[in-house]
Amino acid sequence: MLEVRDLDLFYGDAQALDRVSLSVDEGAIVAIVGSNGAGKTSLIRTIAGIETPRSGTIRFRGKDIAGLPSHAVVDLGVGQVAEGRQVFPTLSVRENLEVGGLVPRARAKARATVDEVFALFPRLKEREKQAAGTLSGGEQQMLAIGRCLMGQPELVMFDEPSLGLAPAVVQEVFRTIVALNRRGITVVLVEQNVAVSLKLASRAYVLENGRVVMEGSGAELLADDRVRQAYLGL
Amino acid sequence: MHAPAQTKRAAIALLILLAVLVVLPAVANAYLLSAMVLILYFAYVGQAWNLMMGFTGQLSLGHSLYVGLGAYAAAALFVHFGVSPWIGLWAALAVSLAAGAVIGFLAFRFGIGGVYFALLTIAFAEFTRIGFDHFDWVGGSGGFFLPVKEHGVLDLASLRGPPVMFYYIALVMAVAAFVLAWRLRTSRIGYYWLAIRENEDAAQALGINTFRYKMFAILISSAMTSLAGVFFAFYYNNLFPEQIFSMGRSIEIILGPIIGGLGTLFGPVLGAFVLTLLGDGLTELTSALGIEIPGLKQVFYGIALLVVILFVPNGIWPAVARRLGFGPAKSGR
Repeated sequence: MLEVRDLDLFYGDAQALDRVSLSVDEGAIVAIVGSNGAGKTSLIRTIAGIETPRSGTIRFRGKDIAGLPSHAVVDLGVGQVAEGRQVFPTLSVRENLEVGGLVPRARAKARATVDEVFALFPRLKEREKQAAGTLSGGEQQMLAIGRCLMGQPELVMFDEPSLGLAPAVVQEVFRTIVALNRRGITVVLVEQNVAVSLKLASRAYVLENGRVVMEGSGAELLADDRVRQAYLGL
Repeated sequence: MHAPAQTKRAAIALLILLAVLVVLPAVANAYLLSAMVLILYFAYVGQAWNLMMGFTGQLSLGHSLYVGLGAYAAAALFVHFGVSPWIGLWAALAVSLAAGAVIGFLAFRFGIGGVYFALLTIAFAEFTRIGFDHFDWVGGSGGFFLPVKEHGVLDLASLRGPPVMFYYIALVMAVAAFVLAWRLRTSRIGYYWLAIRENEDAAQALGINTFRYKMFAILISSAMTSLAGVFFAFYYNNLFPEQIFSMGRSIEIILGPIIGGLGTLFGPVLGAFVLTLLGDGLTELTSALGIEIPGLKQVFYGIALLVVILFVPNGIWPAVARRLGFGPAKSGR
């Protein structure tokens, strides 16, 4: 579904991604792990069209999307839930969702999709008219996910969805991601919580200094000594 | 989202206000009428500026640029070629749109935002001011003057006429700007603007073409503001680069919406009323007492701004609206 080949990204002279290649099959959960500054967020932002790569290709359903502007990428069905729960704080919960449903591919169905999102997250329905900035951290993360779903994505990239959330809420976020995947949404998961994300993932990549240094099934990486030492502290 | 009863009440109040404004010239003296022209003028430009800052979150501190370009474009065509201002205003629109397009393109294509965007707008206004100081075709720093015909003869085609004509033109402009801002606010573009204002990264991640919608904001705002310039030129009949392009003029434009309530529809209107009536009232009062304090109005503006920022940081209107029962005036606006 998504094929990334030899992606190079530079910020000025600093290289953020160095010939990164990865592939995501339809219906999969693919984890990307690595320490801070390894290039995980840069990779997501490049696939999303926010950063422009210097070279390499990004194919989504066979179409090269490298260098396309982000609004065009979203309109093809590639959604992202950015790091840090970036809701629109003074807009109401419903308005946040409505903004997410304005992309051309999703516009006609937006009204029905709001109800679907409310069915998925009943707590958002209760807070429908409340300003998004007044929600708890977990609720904001749900809203960020719901808002992304408003765009009818076929592939969703999650950037550190559990960051800064209480343990119970983290569980809920992961359950939500699995539930969405079962409904047919392909998932790319960038997580600091390496143990959980490798367990969920059918395929995983380890990034270091902008390079893919290891890849395999989630179970393989979970059993790998280097991964266990570096990321699991075992 | 306002409850229907609240919306209805607000609509009735609005119609009453409009009716009062329509019949006002019948009872107002010359002084009040000129103050009202000023209020409506500031309500109009405040509304235009509010589209950029209040709705889209782009701080322009150089809106005097569009006032000045509009004023000079229409005035020069009128004085040099006898072109009616009703045709000249299209030239004013074109020139200001071009200026807005250049500034917007430079800023938004290269990701200049926040304070740096504000600095860019100041820079353009300032070098245009200096340029017009040496632009002899329109009088340079010595000023550019429109011929004043016999006072009180109505010549709508050339925008020559008694103050009451200007009053009604300003009223139509202020009402039109209000309606336009309201329509934009409730349309898809308004949603895009609010999303950009609230969190531009998230807006982009959701598939909003942030460059395009920020361009729309600056183009609509600069075009609207240039018409204020045309009005200004034919109302005051004299233009000086040092005044019309000055930073002080830009600040005057933005005070109303900030004090009235950024991002609200009534904020610019209420702010214009409060500032002009109280500011002029204070000047009148002190001169009646025999005290002349130069710059008193500016000091008053500063104090008003301080008070608002300290006590009602969202502006006067949201607080007033809540009291009057015109909806919760929550931050969703």
